Amino acid sequence: MDLDTLLSFNWGIMAPEFTILIVGVLLTVIDLFGPTSVKKNIPKLGLVGVILAFILLVPQYGHDQVSILHDTYLFTPFAYYFKFILLIGAMLIFLMILSNESNKEITDRSEYIYLLLSALLGAMMMASSGDLITLFVGLELLSLSSYIMVGLRKKSLRANEGAMKYVINGSIATAFTLFGMSYIYGVSGSTNLVDISREMSASLGTAEPVATIGFIMMFIGLSFKISTVPFHMWTPDVYEGASTPVTAFLSVISKTAGFVIIMNIFFTIFTGNGEANTSLYDSMLLFIAVLAILSMLVGNLIALRQRNMKRMLAYSSIGHAGYMLIPLTSISQLSVENVWFYLFAYSFMTIGAFMVIYLLEQQKKSEDISIFTGLYQTSPVLAVCMTIFLISLAGIPGTAGFIGKFNIFVGAILAEPSLYILAAVMALGTIISYLYYFNILVQMFIRPPQLEGKVSVRVAESIPLIACVAGTIILGIFPFLALNFFQ
Amino acid sequence: MGLLSFLVFSPLIGFIVFCFIPKKEQTFIRNSAVVLHALPLLASGLVLFQFLDHASLAEKINWITFEIGEKVLGLHFELDVDGFSLVLILLTTLIGFLAVITSTWHINKDNRLFYQLMFLLQMGILGVFAADNLFLFFIFFEITLVPMFFLISKWGGTDREEAAFRYVIYNGLGSMILLIGIAAIFVLAGSTNYAEVQHYFAENGNPTLQLGLAFAFLLAFGIKLPIFPFHSWMVKVHVHAPPAVVMIHAGVLLKIGAYGLIKFGVGFFPDAFDSLAILIAVLGLFNLLYGAYLAFVQEDLRSVFAYSSISHMGIVLLGVSALNTAGIQGAIFQSVSHGLIAAMLFFLVGSLLARTNTTLLKKLSGLARLTPLLAGFFLAAALANLGLPGMSGFVSEFTVFLGIFKEMPILAAIGTLGIIMTVVYMLRAILNMTYGTYKSTYGEVQDLKASEVVPAVVLLICIIGIGVYPNAIGHMLQLTIETILGIGG
Repeated sequence: MDLDTLLSFNWGIMAPEFTILIVGVLLTVIDLFGPTSVKKNIPKLGLVGVILAFILLVPQYGHDQVSILHDTYLFTPFAYYFKFILLIGAMLIFLMILSNESNKEITDRSEYIYLLLSALLGAMMMASSGDLITLFVGLELLSLSSYIMVGLRKKSLRANEGAMKYVINGSIATAFTLFGMSYIYGVSGSTNLVDISREMSASLGTAEPVATIGFIMMFIGLSFKISTVPFHMWTPDVYEGASTPVTAFLSVISKTAGFVIIMNIFFTIFTGNGEANTSLYDSMLLFIAVLAILSMLVGNLIALRQRNMKRMLAYSSIGHAGYMLIPLTSISQLSVENVWFYLFAYSFMTIGAFMVIYLLEQQKKSEDISIFTGLYQTSPVLAVCMTIFLISLAGIPGTAGFIGKFNIFVGAILAEPSLYILAAVMALGTIISYLYYFNILVQMFIRPPQLEGKVSVRVAESIPLIACVAGTIILGIFPFLALNFFQ
Repeated sequence: MGLLSFLVFSPLIGFIVFCFIPKKEQTFIRNSAVVLHALPLLASGLVLFQFLDHASLAEKINWITFEIGEKVLGLHFELDVDGFSLVLILLTTLIGFLAVITSTWHINKDNRLFYQLMFLLQMGILGVFAADNLFLFFIFFEITLVPMFFLISKWGGTDREEAAFRYVIYNGLGSMILLIGIAAIFVLAGSTNYAEVQHYFAENGNPTLQLGLAFAFLLAFGIKLPIFPFHSWMVKVHVHAPPAVVMIHAGVLLKIGAYGLIKFGVGFFPDAFDSLAILIAVLGLFNLLYGAYLAFVQEDLRSVFAYSSISHMGIVLLGVSALNTAGIQGAIFQSVSHGLIAAMLFFLVGSLLARTNTTLLKKLSGLARLTPLLAGFFLAAALANLGLPGMSGFVSEFTVFLGIFKEMPILAAIGTLGIIMTVVYMLRAILNMTYGTYKSTYGEVQDLKASEVVPAVVLLICIIGIGVYPNAIGHMLQLTIETILGIGG
């Protein structure tokens, strides 16, 4: 390939990725050689980088499909919509980090900032790549960065435990993914998703079982990122061990990226060539449905017994991932839309909830559920914010969570009447989740305060809170804003 | 913004105003709560006038659309009222207003939050009745869940948290079944608008599917009503929630169950309900007799009234199962009448509780000498509850039995036993309390103040009014019932 072909690509479309990359590298250099006065501003510079990337992304709305270097980078509407969520999520997490600069644990360690950026870059690559190799590189970039972020608090026992579990589980999951990919490569002779799709739509004959095993293995490996059964075990320990902004990152951006790569691979392969190869996907349906049911039940039931708030939200996030698996049991535009909307809503309410926990854990030095006792008396505003996030997580109307759930319900019933079972289990999971979400409400509004320490909300802390509350409510009352945007 | 949206969202005005009132201003909070709660009452009066004027009240704002292939499915903000929902709206605003007046005497903790939750609850209930599509109905239905949870768990009696969790779990279960049903209807009919859904199922839809949906609705609203195996939450709430909240709960919230069963169940799936009629009648009969029997053995006055509510909801079910004009009309009458009576009973329980600090029957006696007014009103409410002619209870029970005797005479004959049992348990509780020797365990007790007499009198006037001239409501309902039963519509 000569220079002319290289320059002929529309590199401008990669501007958001380049921005993140350049800012990330720049911050690494500053951290190594820069003067202390500049070093202090690394988190702010990180935020600026993400905002810049977002500004560059927005005008790409409605842009034609662009392929760079034989589909290793693909700009599609799909990629656009999900990068939108990833960048908004990243902005909120940066705001969360910036909200409390007295927390030496995070602001003194610039590693957090550029690891976050590199992880974000990995996630964005997963959204816009049409080749298994680049997808895998993106996945590993995200994974490795997250492993380090979890383990950065090296004097904390829990952080070490969490990081260790994360690395080991993650490696096993990666092995599964690669194993599956190797089968697919063996059957189709290509790593390009569109090529694979073409090969798969022809009759596979005796190779079909091999392909099925390949896809299932890949799905199992990738389920690690979205923390669904069977690779969910790491979630509570890692969530508990990591510092709260990192936990929020894992539960929002890492999870979004996981769904993105799953949908990217499977939806491209099975619908890529115009004609869907449904027989192969149908053989996976039952499998995905069982995983969804297990995740919804395991997540919500175990959450009932948790007292540590981060563990509780970890299990609840397993349940939510189970809900989002339901649309994956049918391949259609509507499924993508439903997952997208749910992830969008989920970002706001989850980051919001983690923000409240972050704030309280700093001031009360605990992560136990008792940090919420009497919150309505000590800080009514914070209590009301948390209430909004919780009822949204529980899926009460008026909030984004409800619209997300309703979409999934409608989508499930539209696609396949037999998905009633999934809808019913989702309903059951929702009711179980009422118990632990409402329990927090009881702690906040009814119990007297149990722990010492005043609760105050500073301006910097209120910014991410306001953003999350606004997102949760606006998406709940005017969902068409987001849904129309998607179309 | 139309009159109906104003009605539905008028409590929200109060909610917002209350955000800016300082917590400390107790008297000011109480007074403004009463004033602001008069707003929905006035608005509902205006709606009534418009309705009687035959003016159109319907409103529609486009909200969410789904485009799936060629199909375009829409969910919109649609409000409308018919006779049935209007009667329940009037009931809501009246009882809500009286409940707030009652709370100003009895609620002494976190007043501001209490009234804010009452505003939200009021908005939810008004929305439920004013909605013109299932989706909106569901949204408002769920909105009532959160304020009720807090109202029970924060201001309730001894077992308040368990009562609140039971409330949320049972109602959550019901609403999830409802949500699956609504999603299915939405997908099938392409809309959730009442008229369109009714039209769709009149034209097509296979019988098995209709039966399944009808059963889902029966289950969902049966939990709310409540029907026999699902009643434990409702007894807990009756006993442990603050009386002012129970006024709304027993007076209006439970009626959502009856409203849903009649308007959606019977209205959308008449054939399926026809095949379920026997089941509903048997369930109704069981509710009626089982509730009455248990009411007879209760030790606590509030439990007596709770089981009495179950028993009376059995009559609603009997009316629904008749599936004829008289039966449905009776069921609606019974909902309204029981709403008024239950509100009055729990208003009086509130006053009693403030004086004696107990509602245990064995600790209460001789009230007639001590507090003649209170005892007198209790007796009046009890008589209304047991269906004394000239009061609303009689009219509704009579109409229901008129309907059911035509369809299932044997079941109806057994059902009449329930009426006799009602007399027995009501009089046992009330006479026990009213007469007998005065026990001084609760010290000096004042009779009802003049201001406290007002709500009781208002409710009593309504009860007697309906009893003497039932056509006042019957007139409004005629068209609705015809639409529901598909006669001439």
